[in-house]
Amino acid sequence: MAKPGIVGWGAYIPRYRLPSTETSRLWGYPDAVPARLGVGEKSVAGPDEDSVTMGVEAALNALRRAGIDASRIGAVFVGSESKPYAVKPSATIIAEAIGATPDTMASDLEFACRAGSEGLRAALGLVEAGRIEYGLAIGSDTAQASPGDVLDFTAASGAAAYIVGPHNESVAVLEGVYTYVTDTPDFWRRDGSPYPLHGEAFTGQPAYFHHIVSAVKGLMDRLGLRPSDIDYAVFHQPNASFPRRAAKKLGIPLEKVEPGLVVKYIGNTYNASALLGLAKVLDEAKPGSRILLAPFGSGAGADAYSFIVTDLVEEKRPLAPRVIDYIERRKTITYSLYAKYRRLYRRIEW
Amino acid sequence: MPLRPLSPAKLWRRRLQHYRLEAARCRDCGKTIYPPRPRCPYCGSRNLEKLSLLGKKGKLVTYTVEYTVPAGFREQAPLVIGIAEIEGARILASMTDVDPEELRTGMCVEPVLRRIRSTDPYGVIAYAVKLRPCLGAGHEGGEGEAGGGSKGDS
Repeated sequence: MAKPGIVGWGAYIPRYRLPSTETSRLWGYPDAVPARLGVGEKSVAGPDEDSVTMGVEAALNALRRAGIDASRIGAVFVGSESKPYAVKPSATIIAEAIGATPDTMASDLEFACRAGSEGLRAALGLVEAGRIEYGLAIGSDTAQASPGDVLDFTAASGAAAYIVGPHNESVAVLEGVYTYVTDTPDFWRRDGSPYPLHGEAFTGQPAYFHHIVSAVKGLMDRLGLRPSDIDYAVFHQPNASFPRRAAKKLGIPLEKVEPGLVVKYIGNTYNASALLGLAKVLDEAKPGSRILLAPFGSGAGADAYSFIVTDLVEEKRPLAPRVIDYIERRKTITYSLYAKYRRLYRRIEW
Repeated sequence: MPLRPLSPAKLWRRRLQHYRLEAARCRDCGKTIYPPRPRCPYCGSRNLEKLSLLGKKGKLVTYTVEYTVPAGFREQAPLVIGIAEIEGARILASMTDVDPEELRTGMCVEPVLRRIRSTDPYGVIAYAVKLRPCLGAGHEGGEGEAGGGSKGDS
């Protein structure tokens, strides 16, 4: 059975940026804290944006590159931990807006920051099994952090979307995928709680590093790959330090990680984090390159994918805005505007 | 006056026009009609086809900046309302991702899906198209600033 692949990719990053110095001054942190995280500013969704609206724009960009009619999409999976509704699917709003309804599967997935990746894996599986012609997987978040928490430096907004389909239309063909999950409570948000909590140092070694390294090693063992076989490595990016350290543990040189590091420009976009990194790599990768993609979600689990880039990538690239186009479209805001845009003020609407 | 909750039935009925900017095109005279109607207001023909204007680019015909905003819009104030011409149809909509001093008549704008207003935290959320300045060059379809002349009549 022919392997499926990515036939279209799309990114979206909102316009506004909150500099880390705004957060450190307001909450009394030394500037060394954001410097250590490697995040100078983070992207912030505007007052009229949420994970649905951002997901729609990313999906429309993916559709432009896929060059297909949206009615041929047979599955719409949305991964987010900032759903506008606790109960009511975001996937149906997005599917309706892009024109994929009614002849499609549609659902929202939850697995902290890796739900969008689970959607990608499921969509690839459905295509490979011949159950659907094309599938759409979206990772989108207006990431939450308790104001003043160290997460407040990095919790950012953005979306990435992938249309998957047959081998012969793919810009990147799936070579293999492996998933590694355990029950590890490193980061969570209880029902009704407005912000996530995390286990501080516990989020590193037993959670992020253990799962990503195990997933990548599991994939490489199964495919018989060595680190030198990989041209680009994209990891989940909660800060700029973790993915670089993960690469070091796996023996992958840093120059293979830097092209897919978007966190240093816009912060951690949660479900869009690694998927935006992959989009940035597809914006520049040469045909024939092998891309390692390893999203991670707290709770905890990681996926490791290997994709081989095809010749089609070059003709599809100019059909939609690149990640760098969105990174460069930026307007700096103050913490007070950020608080307004992210609805942190309690008002009486009268 | 406290905000009235939005009607789910009303939002549902208009969702295709609000989400996709669904319009009608007259197969006889070629005019684009928004919102879509069963009969062409220009030539009377009933020979119409549906089309979505989402993802198309147009130009800003005129705009206004509202500082006195209705209930539910304070977070978005000042509210910028624009009229754009897209594929020959005139679209009246809120604008987004633009500061008043950045507005120029004739500038390239594109429809994007956004939240229209905030209501109570329990009611249904209204999504609809707003007009945004076109993303810069670097991809096909970016036409930059359009000319000042108007084509089509409305």
